[in-house]
Amino acid sequence: MPPVLEARDIAKSFGPTPALRGLSLTIDAGEVVAITGPSGSGKSTLLHCLAGIIRPDAGEVRFGGTRLDRLDEEARTRLRRDNFGVVLQFGHLVPELTAAENIALPLMLAGAEREAAHTAAAEWLDRVGAGECARLRPGDLSGGQIQRVAVARALAGEPSVIFADEPTGALDTIAGEQVLAQLLGAVRSRRATLVLVTHDNQVAAYADREVIVRDGRLVDPVEPAGPAGTGGPPWGMDATLPEVTR
Amino acid sequence: MSIPHILLGLLTERPKHGYELKREHDERLPGAKPVAYGQVYSTLQRLERDGLVAVAETLSDGGPERTVYRLTDKGRERIRSWLSEVEPPAPYVTGALFTRLVLALIAGEDPQRYLDRQRAAHLARMRELTAVKTDPARTTARLLAADHALLHLDADLRWMELAARRLADLTKEIT
Ligand SMILES: Nc1ncnc2c1ncn2[C@@H]1O[C@H](COP(=O)(O)OP(=O)(O)O)[C@@H](O)[C@H]1O
Ligand SMILES: [Mg+2]
Repeated sequence: MPPVLEARDIAKSFGPTPALRGLSLTIDAGEVVAITGPSGSGKSTLLHCLAGIIRPDAGEVRFGGTRLDRLDEEARTRLRRDNFGVVLQFGHLVPELTAAENIALPLMLAGAEREAAHTAAAEWLDRVGAGECARLRPGDLSGGQIQRVAVARALAGEPSVIFADEPTGALDTIAGEQVLAQLLGAVRSRRATLVLVTHDNQVAAYADREVIVRDGRLVDPVEPAGPAGTGGPPWGMDATLPEVTR
Repeated sequence: MSIPHILLGLLTERPKHGYELKREHDERLPGAKPVAYGQVYSTLQRLERDGLVAVAETLSDGGPERTVYRLTDKGRERIRSWLSEVEPPAPYVTGALFTRLVLALIAGEDPQRYLDRQRAAHLARMRELTAVKTDPARTTARLLAADHALLHLDADLRWMELAARRLADLTKEIT
């Protein structure tokens, strides 16, 4: 199976600051990949390059057979709308629109009827646990609600690749589990691909594979080994307490 | 896990025989390491010697004989008092991780590489536990057992992230 996404030796600087320093990564269709690493290491920049939001200064980015790094802004916007669902780190909803309109608008731009788009928006808001936000504007939503709406918007278009930058950062554990279940559900039921930037190890554990960014480069993967992967019981508590009798 | 206390706790419901206690231990604490029958048997003998349980009856419906144990008053008092205490905060594996990190430094191995390998092993385990969590057939007890293990492994990983950032200082101190 050909990879769905491929970055080859990409580099990106902001002024004098190199964010990515020659990084290569291949992602197959249907994979869930977690991108982790210290803050400031280049995770978001990598995600933005893979999703065609920004262009790298050097190197190649491929989506299927298309060279994203060679497309102009307009062509990349169209390609993203047709193929990608993107959840940015801070939600990036349109402030003038209600939550439901934020989800319905891209569906209508992609050709859906108004009523169908609004029905789908309401359904997706319910699935991510944000049904009560439908008529509210982003300014009246909490950080966690904005994240849920952004996830609903990304999933509603049934994209083949979902990019999510810290999609559960503002959510508590149980709300985060609900949002992750929706993201994972989309991947498993439609063989979509999920690229997940996170600094949360428990979120990274939802992915099939972890790639670590350190100082703008990928950490070499380690040989799989060690005590884990034994399928033992989850409650790894050992007998450290003194016995009642001896 | 304190097997004696678990057995005393299981006997608060009604008298039970050893195999029953083993089965209940494994089923009702689904995340715990299954207890060996031999350990249940020897623990019951010690509890009996100490007057915390007593033999209620011996069953032999055709098959092998089964000794049924009941809680004594002293046993009931012991489990009640234990349940009123809190669990002493105990180190789990972080101590062992620290030992490996220091030994890597002392032996001149790459400590960052050790941390990367340990992270991969921890994360592999966390993936298995996440699969337990997200299994639609899981019970809430099993979910909570997985949550508990995940939080501890996550704490180890965060400790390892800090260790990586303090590696230069640690190296100066150790070597
Ligand atoms: N738009 C930008 N302008 C200037 N510097 C940026 C910009 N985006 C990222 N950077 C810098 O690039 C580096 C990597 O940032 P980023 O990819 O956001 O890291 P991460 O997501 O891992 O925290 C950091 O030093 C950051 O300050
Ligand atoms: Mg970021």
